[in-house]
Amino acid sequence: MRINPDKCVACGNCTYVCPMEAIYIDPVIKRATIKRDECVECYACFNGLSQEHLNPTIVRTTRKLFAMLRIRFEPEPDVCPTGAFEPDELVWPRVVRRAFSDPRVPHESTGVEGRGTEEVKTNDVTGRVKVGEVGFTIEFGRPGVGARFTEIQEMCWALAKVGVSFEKKNPITSLMSDVATGTLREDILNEKVMSAIVEIKTTIDRTEEIIRLVWDVEKRLKTVIAIGVGTRCDENGEDHIVEPILERLGYKLQRAKTNIGLGRLSPAQNPAAAKETVNA
Amino acid sequence: MTNTLHRYGDAESFRDDFVIFAMACKGGNDADSLPKLRRFLEIAAEYKPVNLGDARHGGALRPSKDMNPMAHWNRDMTPDFQTVIEGLDKPTTCAAVFDNKVAAEDFVKRIKEEDLGLSINISTSIDGAEQCCNHAGIPRHSVGYSLGFEGGTDNLPSAQVMMLSTMCGHGMVSHSLAKKMTDWVKEGRRTPAEAVTYMARFCSCGVFNPSRAKRILEGVIDAK
Repeated sequence: MRINPDKCVACGNCTYVCPMEAIYIDPVIKRATIKRDECVECYACFNGLSQEHLNPTIVRTTRKLFAMLRIRFEPEPDVCPTGAFEPDELVWPRVVRRAFSDPRVPHESTGVEGRGTEEVKTNDVTGRVKVGEVGFTIEFGRPGVGARFTEIQEMCWALAKVGVSFEKKNPITSLMSDVATGTLREDILNEKVMSAIVEIKTTIDRTEEIIRLVWDVEKRLKTVIAIGVGTRCDENGEDHIVEPILERLGYKLQRAKTNIGLGRLSPAQNPAAAKETVNA
Repeated sequence: MTNTLHRYGDAESFRDDFVIFAMACKGGNDADSLPKLRRFLEIAAEYKPVNLGDARHGGALRPSKDMNPMAHWNRDMTPDFQTVIEGLDKPTTCAAVFDNKVAAEDFVKRIKEEDLGLSINISTSIDGAEQCCNHAGIPRHSVGYSLGFEGGTDNLPSAQVMMLSTMCGHGMVSHSLAKKMTDWVKEGRRTPAEAVTYMARFCSCGVFNPSRAKRILEGVIDAK
């Protein structure tokens, strides 16, 4: 992303809407400027700000006049008055930033928008996490902190070392040069993203071991981590196994997403498989 | 949708926050899912949601690419559900947000009867989702728990700001904007209802809950 200095009037609205606080008003050129290495190409500025297309010279003159008279014009805070944001043509590896930061862009590896994973959201169709298993989503950089792949790699290495399996249909897994060791492509390691999810699956009896491992690694990382733990409920819709483990580890569970089991395979797309329902 | 899972707050603070979303599975049932997803949105609109959206186009409050300067004095703050429904052009995650349990429960029951074949998830407090399932007579299939935020949490903002900004889990509602809106409401420069619409326009999939956000901002005034 770039800000056209010929259009920018330094109103400052964009400095507040940038989730990474990567935009500032440069006191020398008196224009909003993007710290390129901190920008994660999330497009919150370009997509989220409403745009007027006012004449920059008139806006600057009016603002100067108002400032001289100590009059504060208080425009809407979610507007770029001159439509000064211009998307860059992104090339590898920088394009990875956008893939993991702009939720409207589907991940190439999975075709899924957002953070690119279906997790247990479609478990009633995929059977991804089965009875006796637990699926972990370990999300880096959220909320509003961001993460670099070097940090994510550290966690992947630790997880690979204890022999967990990484979810194949996951954007981070698709960026691994060696899935067995959890090693990510070297050319992306210094890229910063809004957030990224490492997804693993293991048996329920390893839940505590994995959480303790995450605790250990996260002490060495600067970024923030959000853990999600998904499991299959029993035939009565109950979970009497994973929830107690998490509570024993000190988590006070407040929120969950609940798959209510109404999904099913499309017979047209899966003529053979549709005869056997995974959500039965 | 992990973007609704890790909302900041305790279970009590989710009493007016029920996100229900429909999703087709890539390669499993997405090929013929577009009309079903649209139907999901149409039905949701009947149950008076506070937001509606899809992951490609956004929610019921959207930014304008060509805003009239006069809009500064007369901004439209009405959620436009019809645009969301009509704008859905490809299979993607569709979400409806409700601010009361009765509407959420009735909607889940109706969606079960409609039998769309899509994966339906409820994101709210654990009890809240269980009650929706019980009302519809459905046992939960799978559950994904949020364990909250950990690791380098030192730089995270105040609880109030977090409650607002994490309502877009994709991070499109920045902490700075949430803080600015909180301050503006405190200073009487904007009403809670106005401040909420500014934030909601940044949410790119329509899961921001304007009703809960308004309640949080009204709490700022009450606390003065």
